Amino acid sequence: MTMLVALPILLPLLAAGLSLVLGRFATLQRLLGVVVFTANAVLAVVLLAEADKSGPVVLQLGGWDAPVGITLVADRLSALLMLISMVVMLAVLVYSIGQRITDYGRSTSSTAFHPMYLVLGAGVSMAYLTGDLFNLFVAFEIMLGASYVLITRRTTATRVRAGMTYTIVSLTSSLLFITMIALVYAATGTVNLADLSGKVEALPVGVQSAMALMMIVVFGIKSAMVPLHFWLPDSYPTAPAPVTAVFAGLLTKVGVYALIRTQTLVFDHGESWTLLLWFSVITMIIGALGAIAQNDLNRLLSFLLVSHIGYMLFGLALYDVTGLAGAILYVVHHITVQATLFLVSGLLTRHTGTVALRGMGGLAKLYPAIALLFAIPALNLAGIPPFSGFVAKLALLEAGAEVGTTMAYVATGAAVLTSFLTLYAMAKVWVFAFWGKSKPPHPDPDPTDELIIGTGSTSRTMVSATSALVVFGVLIAVFAGPLSEISTRAATDLLDGGPYRTAVLGEEAE
Amino acid sequence: MSEGPPRSQPSGEKKRRTSLWEEWDTPQEHWLLVGSHRDGRERSLLLEVAARIIFPTVLVLSLYLLFAGHNRSGGGFSGGLVAGQAFVVRYLAGGPMEVRAAVGLRPPVIIGAGLSLAVLTGLAPIFWGEAPLTSAYVSMTLPVLGDVHVVSSLFLDMGVYLLIVGVVCDLLRTLGAGIEEQSPRPRRRPSG
Repeated sequence: MTMLVALPILLPLLAAGLSLVLGRFATLQRLLGVVVFTANAVLAVVLLAEADKSGPVVLQLGGWDAPVGITLVADRLSALLMLISMVVMLAVLVYSIGQRITDYGRSTSSTAFHPMYLVLGAGVSMAYLTGDLFNLFVAFEIMLGASYVLITRRTTATRVRAGMTYTIVSLTSSLLFITMIALVYAATGTVNLADLSGKVEALPVGVQSAMALMMIVVFGIKSAMVPLHFWLPDSYPTAPAPVTAVFAGLLTKVGVYALIRTQTLVFDHGESWTLLLWFSVITMIIGALGAIAQNDLNRLLSFLLVSHIGYMLFGLALYDVTGLAGAILYVVHHITVQATLFLVSGLLTRHTGTVALRGMGGLAKLYPAIALLFAIPALNLAGIPPFSGFVAKLALLEAGAEVGTTMAYVATGAAVLTSFLTLYAMAKVWVFAFWGKSKPPHPDPDPTDELIIGTGSTSRTMVSATSALVVFGVLIAVFAGPLSEISTRAATDLLDGGPYRTAVLGEEAE
Repeated sequence: MSEGPPRSQPSGEKKRRTSLWEEWDTPQEHWLLVGSHRDGRERSLLLEVAARIIFPTVLVLSLYLLFAGHNRSGGGFSGGLVAGQAFVVRYLAGGPMEVRAAVGLRPPVIIGAGLSLAVLTGLAPIFWGEAPLTSAYVSMTLPVLGDVHVVSSLFLDMGVYLLIVGVVCDLLRTLGAGIEEQSPRPRRRPSG
């Protein structure tokens, strides 16, 4: 059983290698990607079941024991998030395959897209599974390395320039990350998360705060927390739709996961955390206001993404079981719904030829199926019952009221307000794009790049991949009961930390 | 990394060598890389000869680094980088066609093969019931080399070596293509 923990990382990497070797065989390449992500999702289910039944599944790589060697840990939180991420990556891959077949024909193979997508998958799995800080850094680098290629490949000079913002900001945050690791190692002599959790408490308060703050800045940049979010709305919308979908769905949420993991396991705050509550409030409000001001559909969705990161920070900042469980539930909900919305936006722009809301109109009459595909995740994101967004938001609001400090009430109020602002932004999209007079599609301004828009063609594969993701988002609401139970158990684990430490370091550590 | 099958001489050059006497000291192998620059750049004889001499030496050094890596300084990564430098020298001397002539495989295939080999080495211990990345070693005495320890992580290093060589070749191919487009090209002299 423990061996299985390494597979979600090694399988995609191996497949990436094979995918490069098979560069000329398009069908095999596609099949390989689909099989690997399916296998990873199955592995995640197995690991989740095992972690839920008998505690974290731990693997010490190379037979070197915990504080020295590389540790992989699958506990409830990491297995759950990995499951959702792999399902989303699979759906986006299928969408992408559909788009590539429509645009370039069945025989198109690629030595960049498929391998890099698989490497991205390996990085995401590794970020969830790793048990030490340095390998978390490595996982982020693997993800980012692949994402640099995916965001800038086959595109125009202006878009490469937009991609440079992303690259430079990511490199800066990586630099801070490695500095932070050096600081942690100098202060404690270990980078193993479980080992750190015991040792950090012995440090002077100043050193502890410095470390915690650096982690917030590093993971704040990765997860687009206001005021460190500035890079996101400028860079994400420039990539092709499926790439944006997977970035928006996963990469920021991996940052949130890293924040949750380090701030619960390594640092013990004990009570709700005012600083992070403030950050969550401004993230929610500024993101939502930014979204309302946009005319570009993808930029609007990007600002909403920033805004909803605030909800997860809110849950973490409350620092009790209900709050954390809400945050976990929110991550699960948001990964799915945000990826879905970007895929739908991809479908829409192929018919309109533009991302400008003022350039669209009357789509509800022309493409009722796509209108429905947009409406469900849009209402879901805004938190309208009976969708998963409602369940997750309700959990967070309850937690806010439970904590009951002034700041918690302020943040709860901000969360409710943001929910309305989100609904307003979505209504704006609906009014501009789906109602009104229909307009002729805009011609493609630059046929050489991969952002082929205005072709008017959406293949059945693309639509069904999007529909599958919409259905998956609805299923999250259907299984909200067991899901919230499992996230409550995961949150209890996080705040306790005992089982994780025992599983990694062995009995004598406790 | 071999030269591949000997390439046929361009027919124009052959016609010029009329007498057998003039041919006796013509090297059988290609002495100066690819016959001529088809892209019409100016050639540097000194650089080409130096590249020809340096190339095999650097490759041998890179192999030494690869095998020495487990216990001493070196390893797949540095070995691969050094080998990559050998290809960079050939690229500088002879342009992109030169690198293509030196390596028969397309760079992505080399990268893929290296990555697959490395990951497979990491996965292999699972079949013996050990954790992934566990390494094992065999000691033996060989006639010439004496006592040799072969560590299973050598295969991982080989994978990394291939990967890095592939990446360098790919960089030359992709980034180099941009340089060639942008650099001013001297007009080709009329032949004949």
